[in-house]
Amino acid sequence: MSETNKSEYLVEVNHLKEYFPIRTGWGKTTMLKAVDDVSFAIKPGETLGLVGESGCGKTTVGRTLLHLYKPTDGEIRFNGELVTSKNVHKFRKDMQMVFQDPYSSLDPRMTVEDIIGEPLDVHKLYSTKAERHQKVLDLMSLVGLNAEHATRYIHEFSGGQRQRIGIARALAVNPKFIVCDEPVSALDVSIQAQVINMFEELREKLGVAYLFIAHDLLIVHHISDRIAVMYLGHMVEMAEADELNDNPIHPYTLSLLSAVPVPDPEKARANKRIILEGDVPSPLNMPSGCPFRTRCRFATEQCAKERPALTDRGNGHMVACWNK
Amino acid sequence: MVLEQKLENGVEPILKVVDLHTSFSTDKGEVQAVNGLSFNLTPGKTLGIVGESGSGKSVTSYSIMRILEGNGKITGGHVYFNGEDITQYSEKQMAEFRGREISMIFQDPMTSLNPVYTVGNQICEAILLNTKANKEEAKKEAIEMLELVGINDAEKRFKQYPHELSGGMRQRVMIAMALVAKPKILIADEPTTALDVTIQAQILELMMELQKKLNMAIIIVTHDLGVIAQMADEVVVMYGGRICERGTADDIFYRPCHEYTKGLLRSIPNVDNMNEKLIPIEGTPINLLDLPKGCAFCARCTKTMKICMEEVPPELRMPADGHLASCWLNVKEGNYVLDEEVSD
Repeated sequence: MSETNKSEYLVEVNHLKEYFPIRTGWGKTTMLKAVDDVSFAIKPGETLGLVGESGCGKTTVGRTLLHLYKPTDGEIRFNGELVTSKNVHKFRKDMQMVFQDPYSSLDPRMTVEDIIGEPLDVHKLYSTKAERHQKVLDLMSLVGLNAEHATRYIHEFSGGQRQRIGIARALAVNPKFIVCDEPVSALDVSIQAQVINMFEELREKLGVAYLFIAHDLLIVHHISDRIAVMYLGHMVEMAEADELNDNPIHPYTLSLLSAVPVPDPEKARANKRIILEGDVPSPLNMPSGCPFRTRCRFATEQCAKERPALTDRGNGHMVACWNK
Repeated sequence: MVLEQKLENGVEPILKVVDLHTSFSTDKGEVQAVNGLSFNLTPGKTLGIVGESGSGKSVTSYSIMRILEGNGKITGGHVYFNGEDITQYSEKQMAEFRGREISMIFQDPMTSLNPVYTVGNQICEAILLNTKANKEEAKKEAIEMLELVGINDAEKRFKQYPHELSGGMRQRVMIAMALVAKPKILIADEPTTALDVTIQAQILELMMELQKKLNMAIIIVTHDLGVIAQMADEVVVMYGGRICERGTADDIFYRPCHEYTKGLLRSIPNVDNMNEKLIPIEGTPINLLDLPKGCAFCARCTKTMKICMEEVPPELRMPADGHLASCWLNVKEGNYVLDEEVSD
């Protein structure tokens, strides 16, 4: 780590863009703007929740952040140091990822010990075989797995246990930052709570920071310090978790929050929903100006002309909207 | 007041499921997916069946429709529709019954629609099968149905293929198709699980609206307690093929009497205090091949007693609100009433 340009933030993302070329006909390609000018920063030990509907680019943000996709434009800083595709390997140890589907992100032909031990091999974090074994066992107990599970294969485990293995693998290299991409959405409700609690315990014990990507707003609100809302590749609002929930400003955030089915019959009956008309537009054919204007009740001419920038409305509550 | 009086209010239930047993024969042995399930459905009301994977909630709805996979069989019990036992129907009678009296929609509208036919074609097919309409009337009817489920530009959509529609739109088409014969009951098996929250809200709203318009009863099967809280009048909580608890939505959410229901409610974030720690249900989901002798939940319950492991708990009426729960703890604590003791 360089000591010279330390900043308050562990991870900084500035004007990140990720475009994918899509063939739309003979010799024609169109740019799919999966992420368009997204900026945020995460402090050490902080959890930033990233929410939005499918296709809004939240997963792409997570992956581009780790240079799993090469960013089209923009910069990513880790501990103040610029991350580029040339030097990304030295940050790999500090930035890890937990994937959504524990059924397809773990190799079925490897034992649990080898899955968790592989990052140790890659980064040469042990000197003897016995040390590797011990490290794997420590990681397994950290995530609540028994030592006897070490020699087993993935098919012998339930979804929740597999996700624990995936988390142990991410933790093997002692990362400071983990991107969690929908880590609990494939799990049953009662198992979700186990895994969420484990994420919270690990944060307390190891001080890791998370980018927690999910579509379940209740879970995100529960685990996050701050929440960012994305729509069609753009960030529309970002604030402290409670603040965002109590005082949402952007019309999209408002309707998103009102659409959440609250597990409380009385509240559900009282809930005045703002039902959004229609579907999300295709990212290949993005509306001009504000991406949300085609479904927005407050849209004006200005919204079609110019894209609103994310501005601070006090206490770090950032909103990108012309009319609110 | 007991549960039945609150819900039925003197109206005869349209569907009565009595002691239903469904099992699947597999290489590893007989899997008892539904094990002695009973409930009633009141006309025009919504029943929510909630449970985790392997709880038997989907198999229940497949059993009612008699569309179980080849290795599945109803091994006991009865399903009465308007007093008639449909488990005794012949396959031919069942084919006429499905779609006209009870219809069903599924989780994934993409795999339930045929990709090589236009949606119009598929809705017309359902109309021609279930009503006496001719082709032209069917087309007119199909377009009306598309409009009924809130699809703009119905004539254009009529000619499109499923891949040209979004997920929410496809689910609307499925609903249109299910309702062509104006059935009395709609069974929705995880109808919004594959959809985004804003689209989910649209579809749930549509279902409630159509329920009022057509006065049909809905059975909604889901794992999402939020959807249940919003939709259901009555709730059935299932675990390991058995009913843990049934009552009105308020009974279940505010006065749960089964340890599993309580655990489930504790493991979701508390909307009033988001920072409160979640209390998960420890252990792993049940293995249906290896069901315990007693209560299905006993392996994960924190208050297991000796009797829980040995005998299946009886369904008992709760004194507070007359809803039903099957938990030995209530027996031990004397926390139940007999039906004769219940008075208005």
